[in-house]
Amino acid sequence: MKRILEPVVVLPNMPRRRFLQGLATGGVLLGLSPWLKPAEAQYVATATGTAPVLSGTEFDLTIAETPVNFTGRPRMATTINGSIPAPTLRWRVGDTVTLRVHNRLREDSSIHWHGILLPYQMDGVPGISFNGIPPGESFTYRFKVQQSGTYWYHSHSGMQEQTGMYGAIVIDPPGRDPIRADREYIVQFSDWTDENPHHVLAKLRKQSDYYNFNQPTVAGFFRDAKAMGVSAAFEMRKMWNEMRMNPTDLADISGYTYTYLTNGVTPASNWTGLFRPGEKVRLRFINGSAMTFLDVRIPGLKMTVVQADGQNVEPVTVDEIRMGVAETYDVIVQPKDETYTIFAQSMDRTGFARATLAPRAGMQAVVPALDKPEPLAMEDMMGDMTSSLRARHAHTEYGPSVDMRVDTPRTNLDDPGIGLRDNGRRVLTYADLHTVGGPLDKRGPGREIELHLTGNMERYTWSFDGLEFGKSTPVHFRHNERLRVIFANDTMMTHPMHMHGMWKELENPDGKFQVRKHTLNVQPAQRVSFLVTADALGRWAWHCHLMFHMDAGMFREVVVA
Amino acid sequence: MMKKRTVCLIAAAALAFGMASAWAQAPAKEGGETGTPAAIDHSQMDHSRMGHGGVDHGSMQGGPPPPDARDPHAYSGGYARGPLHLADEHSTGSLLVDRFESVSARDNTSTEYELQASYGRLYDRAVLKAEGEIDGGKLHDARTELLWGHAVGAYWDAQLGVRHDSGVKPERNWLAFGIQGLAPYWFEIDATAYVGEQGRTALRFAGEYELLLTQKLILQPRLEANYYGKSDDARERGAGLSDAVAGVRLRYEIRREFAPYVGIEWAGKYGGTADHARAAGERTRESRLVAGLRFWF
Repeated sequence: MKRILEPVVVLPNMPRRRFLQGLATGGVLLGLSPWLKPAEAQYVATATGTAPVLSGTEFDLTIAETPVNFTGRPRMATTINGSIPAPTLRWRVGDTVTLRVHNRLREDSSIHWHGILLPYQMDGVPGISFNGIPPGESFTYRFKVQQSGTYWYHSHSGMQEQTGMYGAIVIDPPGRDPIRADREYIVQFSDWTDENPHHVLAKLRKQSDYYNFNQPTVAGFFRDAKAMGVSAAFEMRKMWNEMRMNPTDLADISGYTYTYLTNGVTPASNWTGLFRPGEKVRLRFINGSAMTFLDVRIPGLKMTVVQADGQNVEPVTVDEIRMGVAETYDVIVQPKDETYTIFAQSMDRTGFARATLAPRAGMQAVVPALDKPEPLAMEDMMGDMTSSLRARHAHTEYGPSVDMRVDTPRTNLDDPGIGLRDNGRRVLTYADLHTVGGPLDKRGPGREIELHLTGNMERYTWSFDGLEFGKSTPVHFRHNERLRVIFANDTMMTHPMHMHGMWKELENPDGKFQVRKHTLNVQPAQRVSFLVTADALGRWAWHCHLMFHMDAGMFREVVVA
Repeated sequence: MMKKRTVCLIAAAALAFGMASAWAQAPAKEGGETGTPAAIDHSQMDHSRMGHGGVDHGSMQGGPPPPDARDPHAYSGGYARGPLHLADEHSTGSLLVDRFESVSARDNTSTEYELQASYGRLYDRAVLKAEGEIDGGKLHDARTELLWGHAVGAYWDAQLGVRHDSGVKPERNWLAFGIQGLAPYWFEIDATAYVGEQGRTALRFAGEYELLLTQKLILQPRLEANYYGKSDDARERGAGLSDAVAGVRLRYEIRREFAPYVGIEWAGKYGGTADHARAAGERTRESRLVAGLRFWF
């Protein structure tokens, strides 16, 4: 499964169909049992490692089941053109791209171009933008590329983004790229489970802490008592237990079932990017996980963040970045004649994705130990008790769908979040991000809407304002209005919130423009506000990008009309 | 053991208190949004000894919405949703066999089971509960309930349905109305009131707690008690508190779904039921060793 990269800056443009020939070199499976025989004879195995690059204006993408083996147990993945990650699509601003997507699965499928501005019918959300692509049929996406940067694409049907359907989109800016680098790599992270994701959701519904093996125990109590004194340890337990809340609920799904991948390969297979010492290397990080927040760092190297969610930001140099699901960050690193580990540990510290940057093939550096998981703090439950800002809860937040509400949410953007606070490393926060050029629309907001991120962990239900998607009504934006959206997180989990079709221009607590994003992490008990220009007519999806939260109902339809 | 039992009894008392006001505070509003059983809920707990600088998070859970609460549909502009359906509208099923065990008393060994199956959507589910004892190859004493469960709070379901008692003694049928859920401090509570033929009434309470010794080794205290409104000689039940069992089981979760256990429990018969037992030459108090399997899927 190991594929070592050719040390090239940008892979040459491959003829559109040549990737088919190259597939057998990666992810070859031996001894497949007959029932695992792929439906598509042309794909003998799934190619993993650096994805093939497709460029130009015409693309054919075929979705099919292909076999993989990440853990020693063969499984079928859903893949695009037989590779994980799916082919990297390289577009140019101003081009009209045509993407013919052929579905050879036995179920409906779709592709969503994450973060891309386009007509809503091309957005790829079944039931909202179009009808989906039935088995055996094709759909042609066609739209004009209006923006540059690093993006990604993935299925928006069923659980297919968990089972392998994700790939990178790189759009070159017109003219000279203001971000200068001698070499670049796409580093796309994802999470893989050998389980059927539908079974994973069913398990969470029956026991929401199924995958959490970091729960408070009797033994842990004695450790706490030793560290903080018996009465403090007792009070802490008492508070959490009284509320029926679990301070170790950092991720719904853990390394118990997940294998974390970098460019489609396991930590053991160690994806490697080569460089010449002293070069400026641009890494395009994409978190293509279904459910996993990843804390990314390269011990020994400073990372200069130059782009977030495809939008150039004023450079900021950090040691570590927490990547919410669906976020992208471009960083510049300048490695010396040494070998480095790209280390991306899951937020709950149960596993990691790993890759290597090396001057020569076959080298590897020390892989750091996982940090100790840190239990949620008071501020993750209570918000900011000194704040005069009161959350306005919906009346539907007082029913069975909501297990807690935060009355005084915190607004601090400079919090790196649980597990990263005061860890001795310089960790990126949203307060560090400033989009180059300021907001796209200088107007102030004409109105304000407030939505709360809600859930009930015991029932494993997730919603906005206590209403799951099935009970909700759309959010209406008037065409071309500029409005402020306030998100208040009434849960103890961080939610990567993604609105299709339009940018979110995050404000700082003083109401000043901060950063433009397509996916916005909202931390526990946090309140954030952002401005939206409703310039994209049509129907759009708006949801938490944790796949199971989305599927459980943390989803709204937006109507721009 | 006394300590654990005390904990359970506190839970029992909290429940008895909770049940009374739960009925009073669970209005059947249109659209399935109902209040939380307030007395068992956090909002009514005593915070005077919280030790967090007077932090009162009493309003964070449950309770009635304030009059100025937001309308979650206020932003719709009259638009309706498209044809998309997600998992929140899907039905799911589950089966938990909480106890499937061999019970050894001084002079007898029998098999007992307790299970709960459910099928339905998030807030409305069909629930099957069954508990029984198999002795000498015969179903000796069994209680089977079929209920409709409706969520009335973040942690609580109200349940309405029927109960059927079977076994070697005459069969009995009851209407059942109960509440099941999770009390503060993670006590699992199942309490049901019954009305049967000929003016019979009954109450059943079961409470469980899970104490994680390690991530996979779990100590589970359990208390069950039955109360009858009037005596039923054919089933050898007296009026008042009839029987109670307190036990503790230690299970090891090989997988979450599959956990063998061993345990010990103390069973007592009281009042008229104890008289029936004495007349039949049975013990009214006994200690039992249990060994069994907890599993679910």
